Amino acid sequence: MGSLVTSEWFRLVLGLVIVLAFSQLNALFLVWLERKVAGHIQLRIGPKEVGPFGLLQTIVDGLKLVGKELITPRSADSRLFPIAPVLVFMPVLVGFLVLPFAPNLIIRDMNVGVLLIFAFSAFTVLAILAGGWASNNKYALLGAIRSVAQNVAYEIPLLLAVLSVVLMVNSFQFSEIVKGQERVWFFLIQPVAALIYLICATAETNRAPFDIPEAESELVAGFHTEFSGMRFGLFFLAEYTNMFIVSAVATSLFFGGWHGPFGLDLGVPGIVWFLAKTYVLIFVIMWVRWTFPRLRFDQLMNLSWKFMIPLSLANLVVTAIVLKLV
Amino acid sequence: MGYWKEIVEGGWSLVEGMRVTVRRLCRPVVTVQYPRKQLNLSPAYRGHIEFKRFPDTGTHKCIACGACQRACPSHVIKVQGVKAHLNSAKTATHYFIDFSRCSLCGLCVETCPTKTLQYSREYELEGESRLDSIVDLMARLEQRNS
Amino acid sequence: MPKPITPPAVDRVYTLNLGPQHPSTHGVLRVLLDLDGEFIVKADPVLGYGHRGHEKMGENRTYKQFMPNTSRMDYLSGLLYNHGFALAVEKFAGIEVPLRAKYIRTICAELNRISSHLLWFGTYVMDLGGFTPFLYAFDDRENILDILDRVSGSRLTYSYCRFGGVCRDVDDTFLEMTRAFIGRLRSRFPDYHNLVTKNIIFIHRTRNVGVIHPEQARQFGVTGPNLRACGIPFDMRKVEPYEIYDQFDFEIPVGTNGDALDRYNVRLEEMEQSCRIIEQALDRMPKGGPYLNKSVSFRLAPPKGELYFAFESARGLTAYYLVSDGSPYPYRCHIRVPSFSNLHVLTDVFCGTMVADAISILGSIDVVIPEIDR
Repeated sequence: MGSLVTSEWFRLVLGLVIVLAFSQLNALFLVWLERKVAGHIQLRIGPKEVGPFGLLQTIVDGLKLVGKELITPRSADSRLFPIAPVLVFMPVLVGFLVLPFAPNLIIRDMNVGVLLIFAFSAFTVLAILAGGWASNNKYALLGAIRSVAQNVAYEIPLLLAVLSVVLMVNSFQFSEIVKGQERVWFFLIQPVAALIYLICATAETNRAPFDIPEAESELVAGFHTEFSGMRFGLFFLAEYTNMFIVSAVATSLFFGGWHGPFGLDLGVPGIVWFLAKTYVLIFVIMWVRWTFPRLRFDQLMNLSWKFMIPLSLANLVVTAIVLKLV
Repeated sequence: MGYWKEIVEGGWSLVEGMRVTVRRLCRPVVTVQYPRKQLNLSPAYRGHIEFKRFPDTGTHKCIACGACQRACPSHVIKVQGVKAHLNSAKTATHYFIDFSRCSLCGLCVETCPTKTLQYSREYELEGESRLDSIVDLMARLEQRNS
Repeated sequence: MPKPITPPAVDRVYTLNLGPQHPSTHGVLRVLLDLDGEFIVKADPVLGYGHRGHEKMGENRTYKQFMPNTSRMDYLSGLLYNHGFALAVEKFAGIEVPLRAKYIRTICAELNRISSHLLWFGTYVMDLGGFTPFLYAFDDRENILDILDRVSGSRLTYSYCRFGGVCRDVDDTFLEMTRAFIGRLRSRFPDYHNLVTKNIIFIHRTRNVGVIHPEQARQFGVTGPNLRACGIPFDMRKVEPYEIYDQFDFEIPVGTNGDALDRYNVRLEEMEQSCRIIEQALDRMPKGGPYLNKSVSFRLAPPKGELYFAFESARGLTAYYLVSDGSPYPYRCHIRVPSFSNLHVLTDVFCGTMVADAISILGSIDVVIPEIDR
C-alpha cells in the first residue's frame, strides 16, 4: 500500500485530478473576475445577483451552457467539428503539470518544462484552425486563418524572450529558473524580454487588443461562431485557463515564482506569493482588454515582424554577449 | 527618427489610456440597480392617458366629443357616451385605448376641450396577450376613486 | 480619387454576407462584400429591411399627426427631425413662433445633437474593439436624456416640437441642469482624448482609412460631418441659417484628409461647438413669455403649393419636401435623409480595404439604418 501512495503513477493520477478540478474552478473564477473588473472599469457593478458578490454567476452560466443543445451545422465537418473544442482544452491541462506553484508543489518537475508548456500551447492553434475550418462558415474560417498567422508571428518573439531567461539560468527546468530569482527577479534584469513576453502572451491567448481571431465586431465570433452549448463553453474556459497559464509562466520566468521580492518571504508561503503574482498579471491583462481598441490584422503582423522579433533578437544577442563577458 | 518617436509616444498614449480606466475602476458605480432602487420619474413623464378627477364633480369631465379619437394618428382611442336626457350634455360611458399602438405624441391631451385627459405615471406594464394592452379609462378612474 | 485596384482572378473572389444580422452594422443593414482574401473587391449595400412607409403615412395624416413619425426615422436625433418638421410646416403655413420657443427648441436640438454624437463616439470605438468608452459615452448621454426627459417626457422619440413652439415650457431646473451638463461634458473631454483620441491603436485604425475625396463626396451627395471632414465647411446652420442660428457665434469644424480620423475629430469638435451654442442661447433666452403659438388649428391646411426645407441633423443635410393641395393632408411628403447618400459613397470607398477597415469606415460614416429605409 505504501508503495502505491509514493509511486510515480499515483502522483500523476492525483495530480491530474487536482489539475482538472483546479483548472475548471479557476477558469470560472476568472470569468467572474473579468466581468467584475469590466463592470467596475465601466462604472457598473457586474454580476451580483447569484451568490455573494455574484460569485456563483459563472457556475450557473456554465450549467446553462451544459443544458443547451449542441448544434452542428448541416454543412459542417461532422467528425472534426465535435473534436475541436476538446482539442482546444486538452493541451491547456498539460501546462499545469510543470507549473512550479511552490518548491514542493510541482506535479512533474521536468528538465524541459518550459519547452513542454510552449510546445503544447502552440497546439491550441491547431484546435482553433480545426474548429474554424470544420464549421464551414466564412467568418469562422477567416478567424481561424487569422489565428494561425497571428500565432506563428507571435510564437517567435515569445520564445526568443523566454530564451534570454533560459540563457541566464542554463536550464529549461522551472524550479531551476525560479531558484535563480531568489534575490533579484528577472524582470529587473530583463525588462525588455518581460515586456515582449507579456505582449506576445496576450496575443497568444487571443486577448484584446490582439483578439482579431474572434473580433466580434468584424467576424461575429470568429472561429467559434458556429459552436453552441458546452462546445462554446470549452473554448471559453480554455481561453481563461490559457490566460492563467501564460500569467503563471510569466510569474515563474520573470517575477520570481514563489519568492517574495528581494528574498523577503515575510513568512508567507510560496504558493500564496505565486498565485498572488499570477492574479495580478491576469488583472493587468484584463485591464488592458477593457482599455484598448483592437488592432487591425496587418498592423498586428507588422508589430510582430517589424518590431517585436528584431527587438527580441537584439535582446537575446545582448544577453548572450553580456553573459559571455561577465 | 519618426519610427522611434512613434513607438515612444504610442507607448505613452497606451499608458495614459490605462490611467483613465484605472481611475474609473476606483470610482463609485453610476448605475442604479433597477428593481431594488428606482429613479424619480420626470415631471413631464408620458405614460398612457387617463382621466383627471376634478374635485368639484368628483369625476371626469369627458363629454365624448371624439376630438381625441380624431386627433389620434394611430386610431388608438375608442370613446362612447350617452345623453342622460334629451337636452342634457353628453357624458362618456366607455373610453378604451389600445396602448400597444400608442406613440405617446400627446395630441389627444392637447386637443381635449375639457382638459380631462392627463398622462399616467405607469411604466411597469406587462401582459400576456395583446388584449392586456387595452386600457379601460373608466375602470381606472373608478379604481382610483375607491 | 483612390487608385483602382487590379481585378483579381475571378475564382479567388468569394462573397461575404455582412449582415443583416451582424454586430456592427447598427441595425439591419446588409452589405454584400466580394472578398479576395481579406481585401474587399466590391461592396454592395442592400437596404430596405427596416422599411415602414413613413412617407406614405405622411400622405394619410394631417401635418400635426405626422409629428410623432418624424422622430422615429432617425431615432438618435429625433428632436432634430421634430424641429425640422416644425420649421418646415411653419414656413409653409406662415405660423408665428414666440421667441422663447425658438430658444428652447434650439437648446434642445443642440442637446440632441450632442447626444447623437456621443452615442456615435461610443459605438464607433466599440466597432474598433474598445468597449469601455462606449459606457463612458452612455454615462454622459444619460445626463442629456435626463434633461430632455424632464422637459419632453420622453428619452428617445421626443415629439417635443409643435407648430409654433414646443409642447411644454422649461423651468429653471432645466436651465441649471443644462449648464451643469455642459461643464461636466467639457471636463470629460480630456478623458476621452487620453483614452481614445491619442491612443496609438485608435490612430492607426483610423488614419488614412476610408478617405472620401471632396469630388467623390460631391458626386454621392455626402453631407454632414462626413463632408466637413473632407475640408468643405458646409453646414445648413451657417449656409442657410434657420431658426435663430444666425445670432450665435460658433464655428464649423473641418478636416483635411477626409479619413475616418478626421470624421472623428470633426464630430468631437462639433460637440464643443454645440456646447457654445447652448451656452449663448441659455444666456440670451427671454425669461418669460409664451412658449407656444396656440392659434394653430388641428386641421392646419397650408396654401396650395410645394415647399422644400433643409436643415442640419446630426448626420447631415436633411430636408422635408411637402406638396400641399390645400387640404389638411399633404399631397406628397418626402424626406431627404443624409444617411442614404452617406452610405452609398461606401461602394467606392470600400474597394481595396480590408474587412476590419470596412467596419471602421462603416462606423465612421455614422449611418442610422431606419432613417435610410424610413
